[in-house]
Amino acid sequence: MIEALHNVQAPGGVQAQAVYHLWLLLLAVCTIVFVAVMAALALALRRARRAGAETRPRVELLERREPAVVRAVVIGVAVSAALLLGLLGASVYTSRTLAGMPLTDALHIELTAHQWWWEARYDDPAPSRIFLTANELHVPVGRPVLLTLRASDVIHSFWVPSLTGKKDLIPGREAMVTFRADHAGVYRGQCAEFCGYQHAKMALFVFADEPEAWQHWAEGQLAPAAAPRTALEARGRELFETGTCAMCHAVAGTLAGGRHAPDLTHVASRATLAAGAMPNDVAARTAWILDPQAIKPGVNMPATRLAPEDAAAITAFLGSLQ
Amino acid sequence: MSSVGAALPGSADDASTAGRAGPRRILDGAGRDSAAAHALQRTWSDKPGVLGFLRTNDHKRIGRRFVVTAFLFFLLAGALAAVMRAQLALPDSHLVGPDLYDQLFTMHGTTMMFVFAVPVMQGLSVYFVPLMVGTRNTAFPRMTQCAYWVYVVGALTFWIAFALNTGADAGWFAYVPLTGPQYGVGHRADLWNNLVNFTEAMGLMVAVDIATVILKMRAPGMSLRRMPLFVWASLVASVMIIFAMPSVMLAANLVSFDRTFGTHFFNPAEGGDALLWQHLFWFFGHPEVYFIFIPALGFVSTIIPVFARRPMFGHDAVVMSLIATGFLAFGLWVHHMFATNLPELGKSFFTAMSYMIAIPTAVQIFCWIATLWTGRLNLRVPLLFVLGFFFIFVIGGLSGIMVGSVPLDLQVHDTYFVVAHLHYVLIGGAVFPLFGILHYWFPKLTGRMLDERLGRWQFWLFFVGFNVAFFPMHILGLQGMPRRMYTYGAETGWGPMNLVATIGAAVIAVSVLLFLVNVVRSWLHGERAGDDPWGADTLEWSTRSPPPPYNFAALPVVTSRQPLWAPRPPDAPTHVSGLSAEDREGLVTTVLDALPDVRYSYPEPTVWPFVAAWAVYAWLFWSGLSSAGMFWGLIPPAIAFIGWYWPSEKETTRQILLDKRP
Repeated sequence: MIEALHNVQAPGGVQAQAVYHLWLLLLAVCTIVFVAVMAALALALRRARRAGAETRPRVELLERREPAVVRAVVIGVAVSAALLLGLLGASVYTSRTLAGMPLTDALHIELTAHQWWWEARYDDPAPSRIFLTANELHVPVGRPVLLTLRASDVIHSFWVPSLTGKKDLIPGREAMVTFRADHAGVYRGQCAEFCGYQHAKMALFVFADEPEAWQHWAEGQLAPAAAPRTALEARGRELFETGTCAMCHAVAGTLAGGRHAPDLTHVASRATLAAGAMPNDVAARTAWILDPQAIKPGVNMPATRLAPEDAAAITAFLGSLQ
Repeated sequence: MSSVGAALPGSADDASTAGRAGPRRILDGAGRDSAAAHALQRTWSDKPGVLGFLRTNDHKRIGRRFVVTAFLFFLLAGALAAVMRAQLALPDSHLVGPDLYDQLFTMHGTTMMFVFAVPVMQGLSVYFVPLMVGTRNTAFPRMTQCAYWVYVVGALTFWIAFALNTGADAGWFAYVPLTGPQYGVGHRADLWNNLVNFTEAMGLMVAVDIATVILKMRAPGMSLRRMPLFVWASLVASVMIIFAMPSVMLAANLVSFDRTFGTHFFNPAEGGDALLWQHLFWFFGHPEVYFIFIPALGFVSTIIPVFARRPMFGHDAVVMSLIATGFLAFGLWVHHMFATNLPELGKSFFTAMSYMIAIPTAVQIFCWIATLWTGRLNLRVPLLFVLGFFFIFVIGGLSGIMVGSVPLDLQVHDTYFVVAHLHYVLIGGAVFPLFGILHYWFPKLTGRMLDERLGRWQFWLFFVGFNVAFFPMHILGLQGMPRRMYTYGAETGWGPMNLVATIGAAVIAVSVLLFLVNVVRSWLHGERAGDDPWGADTLEWSTRSPPPPYNFAALPVVTSRQPLWAPRPPDAPTHVSGLSAEDREGLVTTVLDALPDVRYSYPEPTVWPFVAAWAVYAWLFWSGLSSAGMFWGLIPPAIAFIGWYWPSEKETTRQILLDKRP
């Protein structure tokens, strides 16, 4: 499987960077407060004499004022309140920074979450330049990205730790999230709201490419499926179009037009299969087609009964869809 | 000793008889072997045998049952956690599949929150609040008796269903649409709704009872200013329960309507809203954390003064903090929903509220440290657990500051960072004080001491095991590991930290086993405790260990905050007598000053509250499955409640007699 970054403490973009700075501030302040409170407790334990259950309780303290202790407690509470106020300011300031990321020239992607995969629709003013992909996003480095988030079934949550914080995808409520990848690389994301059996296997990879490389990738995605080059691939395409595959999956430029499952027009160009559940190679593709329930129990794709040569044909066809 | 005749003007001091006109009647009065004590023993004892077991409404027996039952569920839910930790110890593990794993974490969370934490706190209140305020039973003992059985039938159904592979599987937060008619297939979600109805009904009944005892049945002289801090904590928690629980009951029933009758409260396609559930759930769910935590604050405030051998520093400030926490806890719920598309400005308000609630907690922490600082320390196991509480809870509180911030929460929300945070808060903030108070109150509950050496082993294993198990989860969260994943790939790099966490969990399991061994051994062979082994200050230690069924031979009169410590004014009476020893009588006092107001007759033990719990259960369970049950199922509860309130001639005659003279 591919190496990908997924760490709050290793930001790859401006949004995650701002939150990382806030994290460092909170970590420092909280550590100091913790050490101070524990030091006070340790001093109290050291300082106080030992006693037993029979030791006479100091009830005379009820009548007496303890001004030094009162002062210490009041100072402690005042410092706590001041620190909290400061941290509140830092938190609100960070929220403003996140909201203030410039969005001119933003790349617009509509991301829809399904049980248990991600459908991405790259928007463009020209309808002919809109394309679909699944379970991975490619974005140009340095260009802001605006995601419109929707859910088709239950609640999911979009989260790419090294790029941006979470946003829930709630059925019936459209949400938006913005981020920018400032360093080229692969960033791993994962559904973060429990969404049923395969919540654990609902990854999303974000590839931050240099702008020219991204442009090249986008042009590739816009093209219809590659024509079969071998007889085996042609047989695979025929099986795909006439069998159960086409009920749910679409491959642009073929008869397969299903809209219930990931668009497979360029499936071979993707890094993983089944939302990060397995690598995208011939063995994995074959295993997945024959018995997806063994790999991702509960997934909506049924097992397909295929003769070995048919399975090989379909796998070869899918492998040709670069 | 002097006493004051409360109810009957002119009654003799320490009178055990009042033989004026009419038949000789025995009145209560001080003294452990007096005729009055024997008469009280006769009056308040339950019949032996199974029927006596089912009929009893003695708050001590009911409270003990709550604690023991809740603890059994704590062990069960803990066992589920152990299975989850075993599954996650290694990447790509196949020990359990997603179907079972989803049930495991749902059962674990739901059981810990609804079936363990709330009932164990309420059970301790049921047992100790009447003793601490110096009365003989709770205000509505039959209701609390019924509440216990409501709790048992609800929790048992939930767990039997789990044993039959119908355990709830959508998380303890049960978000729609995953629990709705379309995605929550089978009856798993129905059983979760059913459990919520039962445990919340239980919680409400007990809360009403506790709040009433505290406000209306305190010993004469125990004005609000003299009330022990645990009693304050119980009062605040009970009032919170009364306001918070209806929200989740309503919400669970709306889901039931969606599922059973085809309504569309949460269906966005028909104008419903999936987010509505989250508001209703967290409007209860956040306060719930606090009404688990507030009684635990009461434990800490009970233990620290006794083991520092001085009255609590800043008693009034601590009371104010408890009340402030109770109010502020209702203004935080949206911080569980920062990742939704609610308005950003509104979210900042909830950050501010989340930070504000840290202030009353800070006040209490500083007051406790001040009490220790200026005290003389008796470093026994209960205090040890409180010190552990400081370490763990302060970390949990500070990580709470982190998750309270909107931008940072969006990074750590629904990750193992939050798993770490909530366990630092709930185990550190509630379970550590709970173990401390169990060590402290065990002598009162059983008459025997828990073993000190085993207790120290238990503490250190728990403390070390806890930190080894949960601290790495902070790091896992930052490394991008979401919650509620049944497995993860090796390429994520989460393996080593998860293995460490699992080892810590094993150490916790050993510690809990040690506690069980200690309880069983000490209960059978422990050192005899005597009335007051800790030299404590509150009224529960003024009576026998374990207390007699009537608690106090004569109700105490309170003249200070530390009735067992502070010297009495020379002319002040020590107790009131004059209540009938032949009837279950108590004293109702005024809300603010606890001046004696009227005599109150407690209800006799009866089996009907037990029957009522089962009858209501049959009705709710049936109506959860079919709409006909909603109507026909009402017949058994109607019979049970008529039985409950049916007056007996014997009782009525005695009441008429008592109306004239006790």
